Amino acid sequence: MNILHFLNTFFSDGANWHGQNGIPHRLLEHLQYSAIALAIAAAIGLPIGLFSGHTGRGGYALSAFATGARALPSFGLLVLMTVWLGELGTTPAMIPLVALAVAPILVTTHEAIRSVDPAPVDAARGMGMTSLSVLFQVEVPVALPLILGGLRSAAIQVVSTATIAAYISLGGFGRYIIDGLASHTYADVVGGAVLVAGLALATIGLFWAIGRLVVSPGVRRGC
Amino acid sequence: MSAYFDIPSDLQHSYLGLIALHLQEALLPVLFGLLIALPIALVCARFGWLYPPVLWVTTVLYAIPSLAFFVVLLDYTGDSTTTVEIPLTVYSLVLLVPAIVEGTRAVSPDTVAAATAMGFGSLRRFVQVELPIAVPAIMAGLRLAAVSSISLVSVGAIIGNEGALGNLLHDGQIYHRNPLIVTSVVTTALLAIVVDGLLVGLQVLLTPWQPHGRRAARRARTAAAVEPATEAELRPGQEADAPVLEDAAR
Repeated sequence: MNILHFLNTFFSDGANWHGQNGIPHRLLEHLQYSAIALAIAAAIGLPIGLFSGHTGRGGYALSAFATGARALPSFGLLVLMTVWLGELGTTPAMIPLVALAVAPILVTTHEAIRSVDPAPVDAARGMGMTSLSVLFQVEVPVALPLILGGLRSAAIQVVSTATIAAYISLGGFGRYIIDGLASHTYADVVGGAVLVAGLALATIGLFWAIGRLVVSPGVRRGC
Repeated sequence: MSAYFDIPSDLQHSYLGLIALHLQEALLPVLFGLLIALPIALVCARFGWLYPPVLWVTTVLYAIPSLAFFVVLLDYTGDSTTTVEIPLTVYSLVLLVPAIVEGTRAVSPDTVAAATAMGFGSLRRFVQVELPIAVPAIMAGLRLAAVSSISLVSVGAIIGNEGALGNLLHDGQIYHRNPLIVTSVVTTALLAIVVDGLLVGLQVLLTPWQPHGRRAARRARTAAAVEPATEAELRPGQEADAPVLEDAAR
């Protein structure tokens, strides 16, 4: 009741729909931070995870690294990077977001490749396929649902956590929450919270759609 | 050193007091999450059709950002540790239910059938057979829940003074004392690593039948490399047995 009232106030306010502090602009900022962070994390995590999963090496080092990366508190890292680097655009926010996303991508990719049924992999080798084509034509297509699952959970965490970027005077939906708390405008706080949650749900939907498009029907049926 | 460990008096805690508060705010929710997840997982394991909708609900709950969750609860629970603990309980629950269900589902059907044949009812079988065998999977979920919970408590600093070690971040900024920020980040990360290590130790204690240590792991990997062949040899036999059992069940 209370919350519905706040939501109505927030979304029916015309000032929230255009300009610098409008929902479309804040949405673009939020998407931009999340997409860049996820892209950097994937660029680090996917190749390493594919390589280590394919060769079966470095499992211990990877799990130790993942434990360390998970242990880093995102919010603390954000504040620390801000005081160390100064407010250099989005860099202080990117570092904790990338650190957050690398661990799930890396570990899931490694495990996904490792858990591919060895029979088709041996068959591919026996047919004379090179190591690289075994990886990209056999292991990756079979492991794709799991790899996408890792990317999805990384994306959800990044979208949720990008909210705190507003704490260091960046944009995104977190702006409404932080400014609303500071100025005691509760409608903005609730509106911002609902927007971020909605964006996280949209991310789940996006990855579901990507899965439908890129996962081979044969693999999907087996799941 | 004092620059790092002189805690401003507005936090009303010593360094060790902040650590204790942080652990309490982070780990009580994990414990509650586990206590709530067990009966839910039991019901999901017993009635398989319930699992997909439960999984869908937990995925949606996990998508709610911690900061958003905190501020919406502010209206109900006010500026208290409960406001931080409720969302963390929900996140733990969300990680633990799939871990328990997948873990107990992976228990070999032979083992389950043997327990049933010995006269175990479904509840006793779940508690005494399936849960202990699923301990490694459950511990993996528990470790993830504990580590992310310890990291998320700091966010509570934004909604007031509920971030325990995270409050040092805010104080470090307003008093221009960067060492406090370093203390907060390093201590939180160390807490997470220590708790993770303790949970690994607990898992070793809880699963005395499992091989542990590097040498054992290497031996297990060698065995796994040989195993596909033996498994393939065994498979036809199992397939022949399965229909018989199903018939017996009918």
